Amino acid sequence: MKIELRGVTKAFGAHRVLDDVTFAADFDHVLALIGPSGGGKSTLLRLLAGLDRADRGNILVDGIALESSEDALREYRSTIGIVFQAYNLFPHLTARENVLLPLTAVHGLAPAEAAQRADEVIARFQLSTHAYKQPGLLSGGQRQRVAIARALAIRPRFLLLDEPTSALDPEMTAEVLDVIAELRVLEQPIILVTHEMGFARQSADLVAFIADGGIPECRPAQEFFDAPSIPATQRFLQKILKY
Amino acid sequence: MEAFFDRADRPAPTWARVVTVCVLLAVFSALCFWIFSSSVRDWEKVWGYRAVLFKGWLTTMGISAAALVLSTVFGVGAALARRSGFLPLKFASVMYVETIRGLPLMFLVLFGFYGVADKLGWNDRLPVGILILSLFSGAYIAEVIRAGIESVGRSQWDSARAIGLTSGQTYRLVIFPQVLRQSLPPLAGQFSSLIKDSSLLYIVGISELTFAAQQVNSATYSTFEAYLPLGIMYLVLTLPVSLWTKILERKLRYEN
Repeated sequence: MKIELRGVTKAFGAHRVLDDVTFAADFDHVLALIGPSGGGKSTLLRLLAGLDRADRGNILVDGIALESSEDALREYRSTIGIVFQAYNLFPHLTARENVLLPLTAVHGLAPAEAAQRADEVIARFQLSTHAYKQPGLLSGGQRQRVAIARALAIRPRFLLLDEPTSALDPEMTAEVLDVIAELRVLEQPIILVTHEMGFARQSADLVAFIADGGIPECRPAQEFFDAPSIPATQRFLQKILKY
Repeated sequence: MEAFFDRADRPAPTWARVVTVCVLLAVFSALCFWIFSSSVRDWEKVWGYRAVLFKGWLTTMGISAAALVLSTVFGVGAALARRSGFLPLKFASVMYVETIRGLPLMFLVLFGFYGVADKLGWNDRLPVGILILSLFSGAYIAEVIRAGIESVGRSQWDSARAIGLTSGQTYRLVIFPQVLRQSLPPLAGQFSSLIKDSSLLYIVGISELTFAAQQVNSATYSTFEAYLPLGIMYLVLTLPVSLWTKILERKLRYEN
């Protein structure tokens, strides 16, 4: 899949989180976005998700520019799978109802077909025993797996994952990363914001470094980690790989 | 004595609870007997007016039920209007809620009837009374609903938008079910207030329960015997509301 940013600017108040960013990436499976906190990773992901609008510039996904009307963006959002850090699920619905909701309410599937699809993804993520529990009764890792199942059940064009493991303890992180690694073999490409460097190195095709409102470096994962080309990346990697 | 203390780590035994309730009832009854036994004996006279009281009770129930529905409509409408980005709607809602909450119901009833309805030539008392009561209660419900909506986290709106729900669907499928859970206790309080507040409509001559008790009182001169059933009949309406809320609360419970 291809994403392209042309002169994208996004500011919150006086602070420009993304400042005139021009960038293109072409990858088959996984694009990892890494960088320091506050550098603009999540902002970029929200723009790509159609949740926020850029103040200036264009974003192209597979060659098509995102429109700016809310209706068009909603239509666009309904075709992609988005998973946030935490609290993705609706607490008043069971895991299964959470998966069913977009299928019936947004995609208009008949109840029987929706149920079949939901049960399919739930089984695939080994969540069948938890299908009728509300999110409050699930562990953090299980909740994120349900969120991923919900995102996949609609058969999205691609997945956007915004730090899907950063609210989890190490054991649950591994459980969720395993699931994401398995998704690599699917046809759906994944764009992932992460702090898990080992995972990015192992699973990503491309790694983009986002800092200070720009994307100074984007290269294949191996190269990126072995031989970062710019000082900012070198410093960042040194710092976080120190321990 | 230790048994009569109810603590989080050591709840009181059931027998202690039963004994406590019985003793309190006995003391209360003795007190009532001591105060009223000499003066109260006119139950037969009041019994003769039971149909009046019952009719008043039915009217109170009808007014309350109608106002409950209508005030919920006003309350939800005002809460949504207040969250709207459209300024005239937003400010109209703020003015409605703040004005009504700043005025006593007695004023609204008197002014609504004699100041407004009369001038407009609308003399149908019951609907005017229901409307005034609903406007009054709706302002409080609006605040309860607004607080409930605001208590639902931003992540829920984000998730709803992320899966492609329209804003109407988001309210209906995601926000309101959570607001309902959150707002049920204060709403129940408001609904039982509404039932009790309907008693004020007697001042403009709507023949609801309090009005009926007044009539019985003036016809029989037996104050105690006319007003005691009044209290009991209000309790018969308000206690089930709070009981029903407790049941509903248990049914809608989920872990956060």
